[in-house]
Amino acid sequence: MGIVSPGFQGRPRTQEPALPPGQYLTEDFPVLSAGPTPRVSLDTWEFVISTENGSDHRWSWQELMALPQETPMVDIHCVTRWSKLGTNWQGVSLDTLLAGVDTGAHFALAHSYGGYTTNLPLDDLRGGQAWVVHTFDGAPLPAEHGGPARLLVPHLYFWKSAKWVRGLRLKTMDEPGFWETAGYHDYGDPWREQRYQGD
Amino acid sequence: MTEMSYLDGNMLDGPMRELFTVDLSSAMGRCENCGTTGSMASLHVYSHAPGLVARCPSCEEVMVRLVRGPDRAWLDMRGTTYLQVPMPMEQTFPGPL
Repeated sequence: MGIVSPGFQGRPRTQEPALPPGQYLTEDFPVLSAGPTPRVSLDTWEFVISTENGSDHRWSWQELMALPQETPMVDIHCVTRWSKLGTNWQGVSLDTLLAGVDTGAHFALAHSYGGYTTNLPLDDLRGGQAWVVHTFDGAPLPAEHGGPARLLVPHLYFWKSAKWVRGLRLKTMDEPGFWETAGYHDYGDPWREQRYQGD
Repeated sequence: MTEMSYLDGNMLDGPMRELFTVDLSSAMGRCENCGTTGSMASLHVYSHAPGLVARCPSCEEVMVRLVRGPDRAWLDMRGTTYLQVPMPMEQTFPGPL
C-alpha cells in the first residue's frame, strides 16, 4: 500500500474562495477613516520620494499621469476582517517611481495628506508588489477611498495602502507609522494573521 | 547633593486605578498641538477605523488613539498634554512630604 493518498484534491476554490485566516468576504467596499477626508486639488497635488541622504524626487499630477500605467487586479484584506477579491485599479508601479532613486535605505515611511503614516520594508514596494493608484473600477478614485491617489500594497493588510498618499520617506531604520505605534503589527501579513504586535 | 530616590511603577497602581474609574467625558483635556483645552466629550471620534481615533475639535490633530485587540488594548495619548479630572476632596498625589 502506498503512503501517499491518491484522493486528496484540496478544497475547490469555486466553492470557497481562498481567504486569509480570520477574514470574511465582502462585495461592497467599506470606507474606513481615522480622520476628516482631505480634499486635494490636482493643481497642487504632488508625490515626493525623499531619500535618507536628503534628496527629493517629485512628481506633479501631470507627471504621474505621463508615466507608464499599470492595471493591477488584486485581492485586498482589511485588518478589520473584510476581504474583497479581484479589485481593479490603475496607477504607476513603485518600481517605476523608484527606478531613478539612488538609495541604500531598507525602509519606507509612507505619508499622506491629512497626516497619516505607515511603514513598510522598501523591498515590499518593489518587484511588482506596489503601486500609486488613481483609478478604481475605471473611474477616478473617490476621496473617501483615498483619491486623488493612494498607495496599493495588496499583499499586506490594507492599512499599509495609505489613502491620500503624498510621498515616501526612505529610511535606514524602521520607523513605525500611525497604527503601528498604537498596537498594530509592524509588517502586517494577512496570510500569517499579523494583526497586532507580537502576532 | 544626594540622588533623588524614586519608587517603582507599582506605586502608580492605586492612584491610576482611581483615575481610570472616572467618567472620562467629565474630564478636560489639553491638545498638545494647538493648546485648546476643553471637555473630552467634545472630541471628534472616528470609529470606522482599525481603532478609535479622537481628534481635537479645533485643529483636528489626534489627541487619543485606542486600539482594542482580542486580549489587549493600547492607549496612546501623546496628543493630549494633560487630563484634568474632577476628584473628590481627599488626598493629593504626591502627598505632603
